Amino acid sequence: MTTVAESSLQHVRSVDEPVAFPAQKKRIKPASIAILVFLTICALFFCVPLYVIVVTSLKSMDQIRQGDIFALPWSLNFDAWVTAWDKSCSGTLCQGVKVGFFNSLAILFPSLILSIGLSCVTGYALALWNVRWANTFLFILFMCAFVPFQIIMVPLIYITGFLHVYGTIWGIAVVHAVLAMPILALIFRNYYKGIPQEIMSAALMDSGSFWRIFSEIILPMSGNIMIVVLILQITSIWNDFLIGLTYGGIGTQPMTVILANVVITALGEANYNVDMASALLTAFPPLVIYFVLGRFFVQGITAGAIKG
Amino acid sequence: MPQVQFEKIVKSYGRVTVLKNLDLEIGDGEFVVLLGPSGCGKTTLLNLLAGLIDVSSGRIQIGGRDVTNLDPKDRGLAMVFQSYALYPTKTVRGNLKFGLAAAKLDKAEQDRRIAWAAKLLQIEPLLDRKPAQLSGGQRQRVAIGRALVKQVGVFLFDEPLSNLDAKLRTETRLEIKRLHDETQSTIVYVTHDQIEAMTMATRIAIMNAGVIQQFDTPDEVYERPANLFVAGFIGAPAMNLFPATISTAGGSVSGTLVDTRAKVDLSQYRFVNAPRDGDAVVLGFRPEHFLPPNAPNGQAAAHFDLPVQYTEKTGADATGYFKTDSGLMAVSVAPERIGELKQGQTASLSFPHGKLHAFDAASGRRL
Repeated sequence: MTTVAESSLQHVRSVDEPVAFPAQKKRIKPASIAILVFLTICALFFCVPLYVIVVTSLKSMDQIRQGDIFALPWSLNFDAWVTAWDKSCSGTLCQGVKVGFFNSLAILFPSLILSIGLSCVTGYALALWNVRWANTFLFILFMCAFVPFQIIMVPLIYITGFLHVYGTIWGIAVVHAVLAMPILALIFRNYYKGIPQEIMSAALMDSGSFWRIFSEIILPMSGNIMIVVLILQITSIWNDFLIGLTYGGIGTQPMTVILANVVITALGEANYNVDMASALLTAFPPLVIYFVLGRFFVQGITAGAIKG
Repeated sequence: MPQVQFEKIVKSYGRVTVLKNLDLEIGDGEFVVLLGPSGCGKTTLLNLLAGLIDVSSGRIQIGGRDVTNLDPKDRGLAMVFQSYALYPTKTVRGNLKFGLAAAKLDKAEQDRRIAWAAKLLQIEPLLDRKPAQLSGGQRQRVAIGRALVKQVGVFLFDEPLSNLDAKLRTETRLEIKRLHDETQSTIVYVTHDQIEAMTMATRIAIMNAGVIQQFDTPDEVYERPANLFVAGFIGAPAMNLFPATISTAGGSVSGTLVDTRAKVDLSQYRFVNAPRDGDAVVLGFRPEHFLPPNAPNGQAAAHFDLPVQYTEKTGADATGYFKTDSGLMAVSVAPERIGELKQGQTASLSFPHGKLHAFDAASGRRL
C-alpha cells in the first residue's frame, strides 16, 4: 500500500516540477505530525498561563481593568514586582513576600540536612550492613511511602506539640524529614546496593567502623545521587504549602503560605499584577535550581555501577 | 603450631551445605593455594577465614587465637580482592592509609609503611593518583600494597590475577611469589587456575563440592593424586582415565581396559592396597608420560594401537587425540613430530612403568 501511495505522490510532484532531478525532500510522516501536534498542545498548556502571568505582572492596574489578558503591557514597569517583594500585605503585615522568602530559606536548610542526613544513613545501613529484619523494615518503608500526608497530619500536630517544636522552623523540618524519609531511604538504599560488595568487604577488613566507612568511603561516592535527592528535596520543600500552613506559626510561614495570603486576603480591589509578581517570585528559586543542577540531575539518575 | 586452623567447619545457606565438616591446618610461612572448580566452596572458605561471613558451626583459629566470632578487622588479616576493590574516591596513598589510620597507628609509622610498600611494589610514582587513572596491573599492585602495609600474620588472596591479561598474570605471579619469599608471611590464596597453584604454592588444597580432596605439595598432588577427582583436575591436557578390570592370573597383577581390551601390566605398580582378581578399577595415563608414538619399546607397561582422531598445537606443546572405542586418548607429542600424525592413521602408543595411576572404581580412591 505505502509503495503505491509513495509512487503516486512521486508522480504528482514530478508533474509539478518537471525537472530531471527529483528533489530529495524529507517527508514528514502522519505519525510524527500527530506527535508534534500533541507536543505543541502540551507546551501551550504550560506556556499560555505562564505568558499571562508574566505579562500581567508587568502591566499597570489601569490596563488590567480593560480585561484583555493576552495583550502586551503598554509600558514595561516593575512597580508590581517591587510592591510584591517589599510591600504586599499578608493579613495585616505589609512587608511583602520577602518575609516568606527568608522563612522558606530558614526552613529549607534544616529540612534538607535532617531529611537527607537521616535517609542516607538509613539507606547505607540497609544496603551495606547486615541489619536484622532489614527486608521487613524495607517493606514497611515502602508501604509508608504511599501513606497520604493528610492521614497523619493531625497525629503529627500532637507529636510536634509534645516535642515542643510545633510552630517552629525545626517542627517543619522534622515533618519534612519524616515525610521524605521513606522514599529517600529507598533511593539511597538502591544506589548503595550498586556499590560493589568487595569495596565494602575491603572497608570492613580495614576499619569495620560504621561511621568511618560511611564518612570516608561511602559518602564521597554518593555525589551523583546527592544531586538527584537535593533537587527533589529543594523543589518539594520550597513548593510545599500544606506542611508550612499546618505546622508553621506566626513568623515561620514559608513563602507559599505568604503568597496565598497575599492573593486571597487583599482588601478592596484585587491587585492582579502584584499577585502575579508574587507568584513568579515564589516559583523562581526551584527554577534556578533546575537550571543550575539540571545537568547533574540527568547524570545522577543515569549513573550506572561504580567501577573501582 | 599451625598459623591458621579450621576445625570441623560447616557452612550452609538454608538447606544447601557449602562446606561439610572441613578441617585444615596451615603452617606459619606457608603459601597455601585453595584450588577447585567454580562453586567448590573455596571462596566461601576464604571469606569465613576473613570473617566476612559467619560459620554455621566449627572453629577458626589464627595464630593460636580463636577468631570464630571476631570482626574482620580484629582478626589480624589483610586481603586482596579479585576486583581490586580500591576505594575509588581516595588516592593510592589514601587507599593504603585508610586501614592504618583506622588502626590508629601514629603518623610517622603510617608514612614509613606506605613508603616501604610503595618501594617494594614500585608504585611510588602512582601514590597521588586516583584508581581510575591506573591500569589493571597497577591497580592490582595497589591492592596488594594495601594489604602489605598492614603487616599482619596472614594474607588472603581471592583470585587476584583473574582480571589481568596473560602476560601481566605471569609477571604478577612471579611478583607475589617474590613477595612471599621476602616477607615470609603466611598466604592463603584462592584460584581456579592450576598453573598458579602449581607454581606458587608450598601446599595445595584441592577442593570439590565443599570437601578438601587432597592437601599436599604441588609435586605430590601431581605425582600421586589421592583420588579420581584430583587426578582428573590437575594436569593439562587432563589425565586419560579408563575403567579396567584387575586380573591376578599367573601371579602377576594386570588390568584389562573395558574400552579397548588392551592389557596393562601392573606388576611394577606399588599398590597401597593390593587389589583382588576381578576388581573394577580406573587406570590413569598422563598425556605427557606416553613414550613418543611409534617408538620401539619392549619395556612399556601398556601398548595401544589407536587411530588418530585429530591433533592440536599450542606453540611449545602439541597433543594428539586418538580414538578409542568409547572416547579419546590424549597423548603429548613433540611439536616437530606432530605433523607425522595423519588423521585416521593408526599409531602405536606405549606407556612406561612407574607413571601409571590406579584408582578404585567405586570409591575413587588411589590404590
